Parts: sequence; structure tokens; C-alpha cells
Amino acid sequence: MSDQPILRVIAKMFIPFLMLFALYVQFHGDFGPGGGFQAGVIFAAALVLYALIFGTEQAKRVAHPQALQLLVAFGILLYAGTGVAGILMGGNFLDYGALDHHDPVHGQHLGILLVELGVGITVTTVMTSTFFIFSARKRP
Amino acid sequence: MLEMTDLVDLALLLFLAVLAITIAKQRNLFAVVIVMGFYSLVSAALFTVLDAVDVAFTEAAVGAGISTVIMLATLLMVGTEEKTPSQPRILPLLAVVVTGAFLIFGTLDMPHYGDPQAPIHQHVAPRYIEVSGDEIGVPNIVTSVLASYRGYDTLGETVVIFTAGVAVLMLIGQALRFRQRDGDA
Repeated sequence: MSDQPILRVIAKMFIPFLMLFALYVQFHGDFGPGGGFQAGVIFAAALVLYALIFGTEQAKRVAHPQALQLLVAFGILLYAGTGVAGILMGGNFLDYGALDHHDPVHGQHLGILLVELGVGITVTTVMTSTFFIFSARKRP
Repeated sequence: MLEMTDLVDLALLLFLAVLAITIAKQRNLFAVVIVMGFYSLVSAALFTVLDAVDVAFTEAAVGAGISTVIMLATLLMVGTEEKTPSQPRILPLLAVVVTGAFLIFGTLDMPHYGDPQAPIHQHVAPRYIEVSGDEIGVPNIVTSVLASYRGYDTLGETVVIFTAGVAVLMLIGQALRFRQRDGDA
């Protein structure tokens, strides 16, 4: 669809705001609706929109498939790693209160931020790589 | 006595039913995918009416957004026309009707819509509402429950997404890689 000037211009205008909105949903999930999962899907939607308008090959230069595969695992490791950090700091698995001995509420904030970030990274990269794989297959 | 909010609920549910019948009757898969996205959007509106904005957000982003795109990408591979069945099949219709009847029978035992005495509102929910502000310090109780109180469940959900992504990579991604290599040889 890269020969359609209206689509190109509109997409170019929309994509930065989509990504910014995804980051807002990611980090504002403590206060409003949203969180890592929704943010990840919106961020992936921005990348997919880019791939639809400018072509998958162009999009793969922005989001390299190998890097996406690494990030798929990194997100889940960040989540589980936060849990293990709770154990190392003397609490239970996924007990964020143990992350800050002076102020458990602060530890909770930190833990929630990290695990939501892990969820967001894994969801973004899984959705984007799934789209790349599906779009790479042509009708047999 | 019907109130305004009941009318909104009724209109949305009626809309869902119409969309579901449209999906079942339609043979053009392209139209089916688009109507399914619309179905998700109406579901999201229904969740908003139920004050479940986090769920509505997810439904709108996943159901109406990304899954529609992935379904469209799938249509590129499988074609856009559904095969018409050769003869009307009675057994599937019977199975659907019986299952539906059982599900409706099951709802008779459920608490009434919006009943504050329902078990779900009596178990751990009051504790989350009362102490999560002091324990977690996060204004959105849904986030406190999802990320902290139920951190194990959310970890499990993320592992499910991870597993699905890895499965797609291994099944379809690998096949693609082999085909490309054979094509080069």
C-alpha cells in the first residue's frame, strides 16, 4: 500500500502518537485503566500499521526480527527476575514489598512498574513477530 | 420498570446477537473478519457499561485491533471464500442447541445482575478495596490485584503469550525458513 499518498501521510502522522499513547497506557496503568498488556498491544498495532503502509521489509529494518525474538524472552525474564529479586531481598517470590526494606509501598510501586514493563515488552514483541511471520507467507 | 441504562444494555446485547448471526450466515471470510472486529468493539462498549474499563480496553485493543489484522493476514494464505456445506447438518445444530440450553439453565443459579450480596463481592474484594491503598499505594485497584496480589496469575498469563509466540515462531517461522532455503538450493 506504499503507493497511496493519503495513507502514507496519515499513517506518518498517527504512528508517533500511537506509540506515545502506548507508553502513556504502560506507565499510567497505576492511576487509570490500562497496563502492560494493553500498552503492548497498542505499541504492536503502531508497528503493524507501519508494516501495512510501508511494507514488511521496511518495518523489519525498524524492528529487527532477531531483536524481537530476544525481547520476547527478555520481557518474561524481567517479570520472573523481579520475583526472584524479591526472594534474594528476603521476601517471597513476587513479593515486591521486600524490594525496599525501608518503605514496602515504594517496593510495591517498583515491582509493579517492572513486571508491567516485562508484560508490555513480551506482548509487543510476540504480536509484532506473529504479524511478521504471517505476512511473510504468501498464498500457496 | 425499564430504566435508561437497561435500554442501553438491551440495545448492545441485541446488537451482539445480530452481529453473531451475521457472522454465522456470512460465507465471505473477509466480511466475517470485519464483523468480528465490530463484535469485539460492541463487547468493549458492554464492558464499559459494566464499569470494567480495563477489560473493555483490552477487548478493544486485542479483539477489534490486533486480532483483526492477524486474521486478515491469515486470509492472504487461506483465501476469502468459505466452502458451503453440501447438506444441512442436524447433529451440529443439535449439539449447539443442547449446549446453549444447558448454559442458560446454568445462569438460573447465578446471582442477579449487580447484586451486592453476590459471593464475588463478599470474598476477597472488600479487603482489596479497603487495604490496597495502604498496602500497595496504587489508586487503580485493578492494577494492584493484577500485578501484585495476583502476580502469579499474571506471570502465568504472560508465559501463555510467550508460549504462543514461540509456537508460532517454531511452527510457521521455521517452515518458512526451510522453504526459503530449499528455494535457494
